[in-house]
Amino acid sequence: MHNVWELIHKPDNIPIVGLLVLVIVYTWWSFYKALKNDRQGYLDEAKLSEKIQVWPNLVRVEFLGALFVMVILVFWSFLIDAPLEEAANPTLTPNPSKAPWYFLGLQEMLVYFDPWIAGVVMPSLIIVGLMAIPYIDINEKGNGYYTFKERKFSVLTFCFGFLILWVSLIVLGTFWRGPGWYFFFPWQEWDTHRVVALTNVDLSEFFGIHTRKADNSLNPAALIFGVVIVVGYYSLIGLYWFQKKNSEIMKKLGFFRYNIIAFLFLTMTALPIKMILRIAFNIKYILVTPWFNI
Amino acid sequence: MLKIREKLQQTEVWKSIFRHNYQDTNRNRALQIVDNVFLHLHPVRIPRHATNIGFTWGMGGITFLLFLVLTITGVILMFYYRPAAEYAYEDMKYLMNDVAFGPLIRNMHRWAAHAMVITVMLHMFRVFLTGSYKPPRQFNWVVGVVLLVLTLLLSFTGYLLPWDQLAIWAVTVGTNMARATPLLGHQGPFGPELGMRIDNDVRFVLLGGTQVGPPTLLRFYVGHCIFLPLIATVFMAVHFWRIRKDGGISGPTSNGKE
Repeated sequence: MHNVWELIHKPDNIPIVGLLVLVIVYTWWSFYKALKNDRQGYLDEAKLSEKIQVWPNLVRVEFLGALFVMVILVFWSFLIDAPLEEAANPTLTPNPSKAPWYFLGLQEMLVYFDPWIAGVVMPSLIIVGLMAIPYIDINEKGNGYYTFKERKFSVLTFCFGFLILWVSLIVLGTFWRGPGWYFFFPWQEWDTHRVVALTNVDLSEFFGIHTRKADNSLNPAALIFGVVIVVGYYSLIGLYWFQKKNSEIMKKLGFFRYNIIAFLFLTMTALPIKMILRIAFNIKYILVTPWFNI
Repeated sequence: MLKIREKLQQTEVWKSIFRHNYQDTNRNRALQIVDNVFLHLHPVRIPRHATNIGFTWGMGGITFLLFLVLTITGVILMFYYRPAAEYAYEDMKYLMNDVAFGPLIRNMHRWAAHAMVITVMLHMFRVFLTGSYKPPRQFNWVVGVVLLVLTLLLSFTGYLLPWDQLAIWAVTVGTNMARATPLLGHQGPFGPELGMRIDNDVRFVLLGGTQVGPPTLLRFYVGHCIFLPLIATVFMAVHFWRIRKDGGISGPTSNGKE
């Protein structure tokens, strides 16, 4: 049990505990405000929209806020020393080797995707996708106040991405991943000699099509199977378009904007799908080619 | 005493520094903001909900405060630190054991850095949940995403500088991703086909070598202390300026139409 304490107690893990607490509190708080606004028929923010002087009203809040943060920071810095381990030694790899905590979601993704997706394509898409948000969300409602009712899809999608795929994977990577990046419960001792037999199969092998032939060359049938699955997954974009293209929302979105939203959305949901396939069915790759695997 | 103060306030020197007196009038309250180089970032008047912590969470402001703390503590740390592999770790030991208030300055720098990553994320979360990226503030959201990335890069480059086991291995894990970059990494899709080797791909450029070593330390140091803060400052200036230009803090009644 003392492993839990050890993990939480580690100086660099304290911010993650803080992050978790803050995220839970703020999520609860913002949904409380949003649902309250939705229910009562008027906006709390609109009630507070009369103009007041910045001096002293805002400056006071800023000053007290700054004071509060500085007090916490100074106490924190007096009480807990930043970690300093042994001198850098390129010949001695620690196990586990973990990236800085804010990248642990990406490191966790490495279990489910090859590095070129988990480490390069996905982070780039996260950045591009975030930047695209104001231009693809054409819902004019919900500008400048908390609401859920008026923008359910966008709020749910963002919360799923931020809370589930970003924050909880960071927490998972910090507290549930031990030596060899194996899964350990936080209260479990880390066994550095743990070996887990790799019984992973590719998706095609799940259906009896071997990825490689006896001479280790790629099996064309498996290649075709994989291409069909991947292309089929993304062709959901087109299918949904043809089904809904005459609806009002699609007309407002337009073909181009809809495609960007659908692509980003499906790429995001590919992660939990791949996680389920991997954890529940030991499936490694969906598509294997000589150049890259998905 | 009062006489002296009155006399003092009549002098040319006093008047040249303080442009208005301190009687509590609306005019003086406005001048207090407009006549002050630090405060004139603010408008003179704002909607009441902008001072409501329950609405704003104060995360943007706290992020800026932490950036200032990091700048100040970072400059102090630079007096004690040499970015060369043979000195860096020794300097850290010296700082933590022999420099007066050395540990405090370093702890503040590290904890403020972690905290800043958290507050940036929460700021983004709040801005999303209040729909504040919607017109006319679309572009400022994009600037904000750039600042988020810069914050992560600043934190990541700083992570290497202590030059201990934690530092080099965390950075090794992080930068190993670069070799899988499509087209530009020697293990990425179509990388080898384009002539990428371990000693000429994008990771090599990043590290200044085939593994995290002394040239990496210098690169990350310059990036951390000069290049990234400068870029971040420029983007922050744009970010703050755009808040004003886009009609101040978002709200149900102030969507830039005023």
